Amino acid sequence: MHHPVVKLIAQRVALGIVLLLAISVLIFAGTQILPGDVAQAILGQQATPTALANLRAQMGLGEPAYIRYFHWLFAFIHGDLGKSLANGQDIASEIGERLKNTLFLAAVSAAIITPLSIVLGLVAALYENRWPDKLISAVTLATISLPEFLLGYILIFFFAVEYPIAPSVSTVFDSMSFLDKLHAIILPVAVLVLVSVGHTMRMTRAAILNVMESAYIETAELKGIRPFRVILMHAFPNAISPVVNVLMVDLAYLVVGVVVTEVVFVYPGMGQYLVDHVAKRDVPVVQAVGLIFAAVYIALNMVADIVSILSNPRLRHPK
Amino acid sequence: MKRPRIPPSALVGLIITGVYFLAAIFAGWIAPYGFADVVGDVWAPSSAQFLLGTDSIGRDLLSRMIYGGQTTIAIATAATVLSFATGSILGFLAAVVGGWVDQLLSRFVDLMMSIPILIFALVILSVMPVTIVTLIIVMGLLDSTRVFRLARGVAVDITVMDYVEAARLRGEGRLWIIFREVLPNALSPLVSEMGMRFIFQVLLLSTLSFLGLGVQPPLSDWGGIVKENKDGIVYGVTAALYPAIAIATLAISVNLVADWVLTRTTSLKGGRGG
Repeated sequence: MHHPVVKLIAQRVALGIVLLLAISVLIFAGTQILPGDVAQAILGQQATPTALANLRAQMGLGEPAYIRYFHWLFAFIHGDLGKSLANGQDIASEIGERLKNTLFLAAVSAAIITPLSIVLGLVAALYENRWPDKLISAVTLATISLPEFLLGYILIFFFAVEYPIAPSVSTVFDSMSFLDKLHAIILPVAVLVLVSVGHTMRMTRAAILNVMESAYIETAELKGIRPFRVILMHAFPNAISPVVNVLMVDLAYLVVGVVVTEVVFVYPGMGQYLVDHVAKRDVPVVQAVGLIFAAVYIALNMVADIVSILSNPRLRHPK
Repeated sequence: MKRPRIPPSALVGLIITGVYFLAAIFAGWIAPYGFADVVGDVWAPSSAQFLLGTDSIGRDLLSRMIYGGQTTIAIATAATVLSFATGSILGFLAAVVGGWVDQLLSRFVDLMMSIPILIFALVILSVMPVTIVTLIIVMGLLDSTRVFRLARGVAVDITVMDYVEAARLRGEGRLWIIFREVLPNALSPLVSEMGMRFIFQVLLLSTLSFLGLGVQPPLSDWGGIVKENKDGIVYGVTAALYPAIAIATLAISVNLVADWVLTRTTSLKGGRGG
């Protein structure tokens, strides 16, 4: 128990929890920053006094904000996300299926991004400044600069309209088989992969090239070991920590990519749900979904840090 | 390392960026048709009369894109200016004053940066009236956290310099130190970061408008024009792609210029986190 790694990880987890609590305050406060009251903002200037009074009662606006915050937080922790203002539905039950869909989309994307960016990064490092490296760098630089919806519509235009191999609308439902679901999400997955892989690949390349400057790599080279073997067996193990870190941060960034991509492909997930309800000024839904997205983002960043701690041999084997 | 000539990539970036900015400034003179005028059929293909064809209700797409670019560039520029003004002044203040002011500001910024800006923006816009002014304020203030980090980092390095110490010993006030000692010396890393932040604002605004939560009709920015025409894609109508390509080429060309400025002016690099 007194191993320093355990202590470091415990500290990092505690920090993550504190961060999440602070974010929950910010998300709650973010919907209270108007000088007037939320009910007026939601219903607009033309609202009748009765409708305003009803909404105020429904949202418990009679109580001070900090009391409402604690009510909301405790309910949230117990799985009660409240009711949608737009349709009166229980948010938790509305989210269930959508959360599953979003996680499915993100998991499939992550399963492709991870090996692909590592392989591309290794290749780019192996051929540093020669044409494979330059080609990979140029293509990935272009995809990083593109907005998700442009990539989405370009893919739809080519692969759903001109050469139809995948649907332009990614409908999934429970009774579909796994393969049908995969087929439905080919294009959104492609978008998420393209926007993420560039960054991860460049960081992999940079991490490996950084390690390549070490003295022990020169020793290995002088011993006559082939470059590919040097990179894979000598450099890569020491580059894992920064690579995994970047990978996790990029996967966390899928949280943003997912919002736009789901809207482009009309995918029934959390992002689409969030955007719809922001437009409807459905504050309880926005708060709940916003906090879930934030929690995922913070958790993945936390995992990234923990992996860094674990993969650092100086911390694993203290003197 | 001195580079007497502009590298070709930066030159291309400069030209494209310049064309977009000039088109935005002189939109009223160069747009062939009015922004809201219905002049042809729905989604007419490109022709001599309508260079990029017409949009979802028969307006000239090229004209809409020229005016849309004006909206995109104006809002993104205003938000960038706001984020630099707020972020750099608070960042310098944190570095110069130090102590609990620095702690408070820095921890708050850490907190704001721990989740993506888009999520925060969506939460706030769910209760805010969506106008151009609120968009600029929300986008500018949320992004000022990134500028704060850079400005504070640069200023911390500057405040340990002898000339700042000399100014302190002379008895100059904090405002004097911030504006006369720190600001001029922090300018070049901040300016080179400005391109990256501008791109970020363009992409954020376009994303918000595309989601229907940014610029509201009858006004449209590039992201809004993508949204208006997106249903045409499945019929093979490319109208939605043009504004999207405009966003991407603007982002890439500003990026090329910013990269060049960065390598030329300074070795200090700021965070580019989204």
